Amino acid sequence: MKRLRFNQQEIVFAVFALLFVVFSIFLNGFLTAENMLTLLQNVAVLGILGLAMAIVVIGRGIDISLIAALAVPPGLVLQMVQNGHSLPFSLLIAVLITIAFGVVNGWLIAYAEVPSLFATLATGLLLAGLGQAALFQLDVVQWSSGMNGFERLGQGTILGIPTSIVMFAIACIVVAVLLRQTRWGAYIYAIGDNPYAARVTGIPSRPIIVLQYVIAALIGCFAGLVMAASVNSMPTRVFNSTLIYDVILVVVLGGIGLSGGRGGVLNVIIGTLLIGTMLNGMTIMDISYAGQNLIKGVVLLLAVITDSFLNPRNEETAQQGDI
Amino acid sequence: MTNLTKATLAALALAALTAPALAQQGLDEPFQKPFKEALAGKTVAYVPVAMNFDLTEGWYAGLKKELEPYGVKFVIRDANWNTNAGAQAVTSLITEKPAVMVVHNPDVQTYAKLLQRAENEGIYVIQINMGSAYRSSAFVGANWVEIGERQTEAVVKACEGKSNKIAIVQGALSAAASAYTLKGVENVLAKHPEIKVASSQAADWDAAKAKAITQTVLKQNPDLCGIVGLWDGMDIGTAAAVKEAGLTGKVFLATSGGGERKGACELVKSGAFDLDMSYDVPTQAAQMAGTIKWLLSSGAKPGSIKGSEYTTLIPITKENADSPTACWNLSDLKK
Repeated sequence: MKRLRFNQQEIVFAVFALLFVVFSIFLNGFLTAENMLTLLQNVAVLGILGLAMAIVVIGRGIDISLIAALAVPPGLVLQMVQNGHSLPFSLLIAVLITIAFGVVNGWLIAYAEVPSLFATLATGLLLAGLGQAALFQLDVVQWSSGMNGFERLGQGTILGIPTSIVMFAIACIVVAVLLRQTRWGAYIYAIGDNPYAARVTGIPSRPIIVLQYVIAALIGCFAGLVMAASVNSMPTRVFNSTLIYDVILVVVLGGIGLSGGRGGVLNVIIGTLLIGTMLNGMTIMDISYAGQNLIKGVVLLLAVITDSFLNPRNEETAQQGDI
Repeated sequence: MTNLTKATLAALALAALTAPALAQQGLDEPFQKPFKEALAGKTVAYVPVAMNFDLTEGWYAGLKKELEPYGVKFVIRDANWNTNAGAQAVTSLITEKPAVMVVHNPDVQTYAKLLQRAENEGIYVIQINMGSAYRSSAFVGANWVEIGERQTEAVVKACEGKSNKIAIVQGALSAAASAYTLKGVENVLAKHPEIKVASSQAADWDAAKAKAITQTVLKQNPDLCGIVGLWDGMDIGTAAAVKEAGLTGKVFLATSGGGERKGACELVKSGAFDLDMSYDVPTQAAQMAGTIKWLLSSGAKPGSIKGSEYTTLIPITKENADSPTACWNLSDLKK
């Protein structure tokens, strides 16, 4: 008899579906179109960040500095506008800084061959420190009148759908096209699958790795702009929060293995949906902070344990190496 | 005129001239010299939960302005939202022995033992705004229970004749500012059984989390009549959710904060907050500086006296948000 095999993506989707059905039956007001939109809206920024992380993880890396890219360049935009610069000029400077930041990350990892975990850990601290020490007057950079109109990026609706969800959808499409339709995307998968083989076959591995980190930083910056527009300010100390773990969680939970070469946009969407459903359901039930953490931990552990039972490790997978 | 009268007149004139001169010789005030000596060269160490936000920057600027002219050395150890880093800073300060430590506790437990040790080692400890379980030489700060009570009273009043459904957006659960304010909220709710709490969740001082929670709560309870928020820095997110739901003016949002113009008055004026209980940071800084001057010049043994200075609250509403005195500007304080 053929053994039943599920991969993690299917397991997580099943957990999500189960939770969704249970909440729909037992939670008053869960299964309404409005609540569904709120659910998505609350995790849109997390989802966008998940896409950035996915690109890097598929290429067998990790980007711990993503939250710095989320906080600092968008924070700078708000600060510059507050100081009287024009919005387009401020945006241009922020994008240039983000690209430079991605290049530094990529260079350290691809050319100086520093492991991505340590490289991005250091550069993230550097950028966040720079922001705090030199760029911002206060941790929370307030919205100013020069930014008027820009809040539409994170507030309001387009055809009845909250803007932040639309932004997540756009980011999903762009990343899906990049990964599946372009040569660069194919190269990223090849490098993630086997970097040595990729180099031997003539793929320009190092420039592609730099490109990955530049794209990740740009997506991070975009997520930051959506977030700032959504809360009408940039709380730059989000860098010190546990957001980066949530992002890694979304990616890993969705089924993008840290060993690289597998997964895609769909995995990020599934991971984001599971987290979103849990958070939304627990908020409706008014579960305490400690209780929420406990439940989150249990559900995530269950997903990971089930995966390792159904897909036991063997010599081959062990060789892939995890972080 | 006889010679005698002439001489008398001359003597009187001379006396009239010299008398004021005698009075102009001042009296040396005997207390200012020991006061100056008690302050000069002393070190005051400041450990905030983090720099770079209106409260801690305001206290820093206010203390610096009051103490540095007297030759006090002012050092800062920024815990940067990291409780461990803060505990380490306090520990290393105990060995460095500053004369005074000004400490802003992230929660009521972590520093409590350390602060007691510091006072045993001869360091005066002043706790600001968020106190610990240990009572030190002085606590200068807001009375959180009172803040919670007054905010809730305002929300209850705004709810009269409406759904009586409210929500509470808490900060970090173990922080004094969150736990004590919640006590104040409960005190008032105990007197108003008609009020129903639809949601009471912690957003961890994070505006984005506060927004996410409030969005969900408002979708479930569109008839919500009021929200008690626990810090204006976080409740920017709460307000954004109310605005997005198109309920500004319908849901009464009460919060509290340091009263900096951009973070408090401007937001009350824009309608984001209906009430912002301000604990007025410049006044707190002045009271702290006064306490430091008094402690240093008193010669009292650290730990031998203990007192509290609760700062008078300024409720900021639409009525006074425009006045020049309700709020303060960080840029002015830094001048």
